[in-house]
Amino acid sequence: MATQILMPALSPTMEEGTLAKWLVKEGDEVKSGMIIAEIETDKATMEFEAVDEGTVGKILIAEGTEGVKVNTPIAVLVEEGESAEDVAAPAAPVAAAPAPAAAPVAAAPAPAALVAPAKPDWPEGTAMKSMTVREALREAMAEEMRANENVFLMGEEVGEYQGAYKISQGLLDEFGARRVIDTPITEMGFAGLAVGAAWGGLNPIVEFMTFNFAMQAIDHIINSAAKTNYMSGGQLPCPIVFRGPNGAAARVAAQHSQDYAAWYSQIPGLKVVMPYTAADAKGLLKAAIRDPNPVVFLENEILYGRTFDVPVLDDFIVPIGKARIARPGKDVTIVSFGIGMTYALEAAERLAKDGIDAEVIDLRTIRPMDTATIIESVKKTNRLVTVEEGFPQSSVGNFISATVMQQAFDWLDAPVINLCGKDVPMPYAANLEKLALVTTDEVVAAVKQVTYR
Amino acid sequence: MATRKSAEKSNVSRDELLKYYRDMLLIRRFEEKAGQLYGMGMIGGFCHLYIGQEAVVVGLEAAAKEGDKRITSYRDHGHMLVAGMDPKGVMAELTGRIGGYSKGKGGSMHMFSREKHFYGGHGIVGAQVPLGTGLGFADKYKGNDNVTFVYFGDGAANQGQVYESYNMAELWNLPVIYVIENNQYAMGTSTKRATKSPNLWERGAAYGIKGEMVDGMDVMAVKAAAEKAVAVCRAGEGPYILEMMTYRYRGHSMSDPAKYRTREEVQKVRETRDAIEHVRELLIEGNLASDDDLKAIDKEIKAIVNEAADFSKESPEPDVSELWTDIYA
Repeated sequence: MATQILMPALSPTMEEGTLAKWLVKEGDEVKSGMIIAEIETDKATMEFEAVDEGTVGKILIAEGTEGVKVNTPIAVLVEEGESAEDVAAPAAPVAAAPAPAAAPVAAAPAPAALVAPAKPDWPEGTAMKSMTVREALREAMAEEMRANENVFLMGEEVGEYQGAYKISQGLLDEFGARRVIDTPITEMGFAGLAVGAAWGGLNPIVEFMTFNFAMQAIDHIINSAAKTNYMSGGQLPCPIVFRGPNGAAARVAAQHSQDYAAWYSQIPGLKVVMPYTAADAKGLLKAAIRDPNPVVFLENEILYGRTFDVPVLDDFIVPIGKARIARPGKDVTIVSFGIGMTYALEAAERLAKDGIDAEVIDLRTIRPMDTATIIESVKKTNRLVTVEEGFPQSSVGNFISATVMQQAFDWLDAPVINLCGKDVPMPYAANLEKLALVTTDEVVAAVKQVTYR
Repeated sequence: MATRKSAEKSNVSRDELLKYYRDMLLIRRFEEKAGQLYGMGMIGGFCHLYIGQEAVVVGLEAAAKEGDKRITSYRDHGHMLVAGMDPKGVMAELTGRIGGYSKGKGGSMHMFSREKHFYGGHGIVGAQVPLGTGLGFADKYKGNDNVTFVYFGDGAANQGQVYESYNMAELWNLPVIYVIENNQYAMGTSTKRATKSPNLWERGAAYGIKGEMVDGMDVMAVKAAAEKAVAVCRAGEGPYILEMMTYRYRGHSMSDPAKYRTREEVQKVRETRDAIEHVRELLIEGNLASDDDLKAIDKEIKAIVNEAADFSKESPEPDVSELWTDIYA
């Protein structure tokens, strides 16, 4: 049976091209893989190979012809016994792939309306104990490692050194070197290795000595961990936690002082968590380790030593994606997360003395974000200030502002203010560093501005 | 480097030879069809064909057992077919249809099959090397004797993450076989223009990793080397590096005009080193198969490929609701 040779598309964008040259003539035999023509696309001259075997029965498009549309028959191959005369007039061009239909763009499923209750995440009457964030994180890992043999911790100095910031203190003794693994200083390598291990059925916790160093590994966090479940049609989820200190510490300057909350919060497929209290650090880290998705868990060096009450429960979990109303109020909403909560809460105390009753929301999870709780609060207070340490452009606060504008515009009595770190690389000098960070004074001033005081 | 002569002396049965012939031919015909569908606009984006390199993956897989894992780059169609994935599902992924392995959401470069232990299909050059090392890590952690085949090209061999992986794999004795498919061109840059240390496998020595160079156009030489590497890794003495000297006949991707090499160079390899022709000659000259036997295989392969192509056209595009599924598990 005669076969039509069609004008090929030779680049992702080619729609037509020039048939520059035929390298075969009528009557020639061709084999699969043989170069039969040269075709000019918009970018280059390409060699065109035969796929089928046969004899060139007819050349339908002469060489030198410009503007030949993709899928136009350009020649006919005949098999043994057929002759060019037998070849019927070529049929109309074969229809190309269906043009992208002007299908209605499917709307994103609406997130479940989660409104954070103003009560704690544990039953009334639960015994509490005082604990640092550092101890809470360690307990979370130890409990999950006891519960699940497939959970392991990997990172620089997590084992014999007992953790660069002592978060993994004692874990090597309890779980051994098989499950508490010191790595070489090779962030890209061990982050990628851990993603592969997660696909292989394990539940890795990857500690970055700081998230500043995770930039060396960000390809694996985003391209490998976050996207593969989608790219595999749901076959390869990646249950992994990337954790470590994030944001400014003290006097470590530009390369060691950056908040990545906004960066990671952009990525579909990732969950991004940033706790403030020890209870949240513990409950959220346990939830992150159990989550079937990659979780970026952003800690803060300055908070590690802070003490909070933590409920004494066998298995205390804080669900990812739920904000916490840290302080109920009626005059203004202050939204923050991580160390930003320090300034938000201090400001709220000072503002109370001036007769301004601020509601403070601790976001806890940046992605998926509990915007319902923010909207609910703004509908009550009509005013909003966001507080974070990250850079101002495309900040988490910017996203919150846009969301509130779209969903609660009519409830706003003042423009939203986003307080952020300053738009400069972190300076080393003590006085300049202080100026670069967001401060309690700035929060107080912003609240007074939106409340017109 | 192993030569053809040594391979001819190896003990390969008629059935094995016929299987290699069939598997290599399936890849070639599948890829030719994919190229054709690309030309018709049925396949979009980037499409990297494996034509010329068939002996590498067929020889390696001959040494694999159930439970072994494999991971590779974006030039991945051949690896999937030999791993036992359904040609229909692979072709339908190329055309972006719901019947594809990733429901049409991954495309040529991003395809997976947990069932067949095929972990992609990775679009970022070199990324599969630490990822595959991690698959090996998981098996070692669980204490089984599975191995992971990590395929990458001569281009990826210059990526830093490859050496980060080597370092950890040898440090922790991971059961990983690094298969460098040296087809001599990283897109348009020949190995000579990219590095002054031409023997890529020897770089493993800096980390204490054993390895060797193999004629990647000779499926029996590949199989012999793979068996050796697999034995080392199953014994807990991995990793191992195999540098496969191979050649791709087509451009880097479908839109590559391939001006960086001469037509004569390609033609010479096709005429003198073609892996499929080599096995065909062994079968015919050794009186192990007749022309008719081979024609019957050709016919069978053609039918499989045509069926895959038909399926890839008939399977519908994913429903618009699929836009929002599989983002989170």
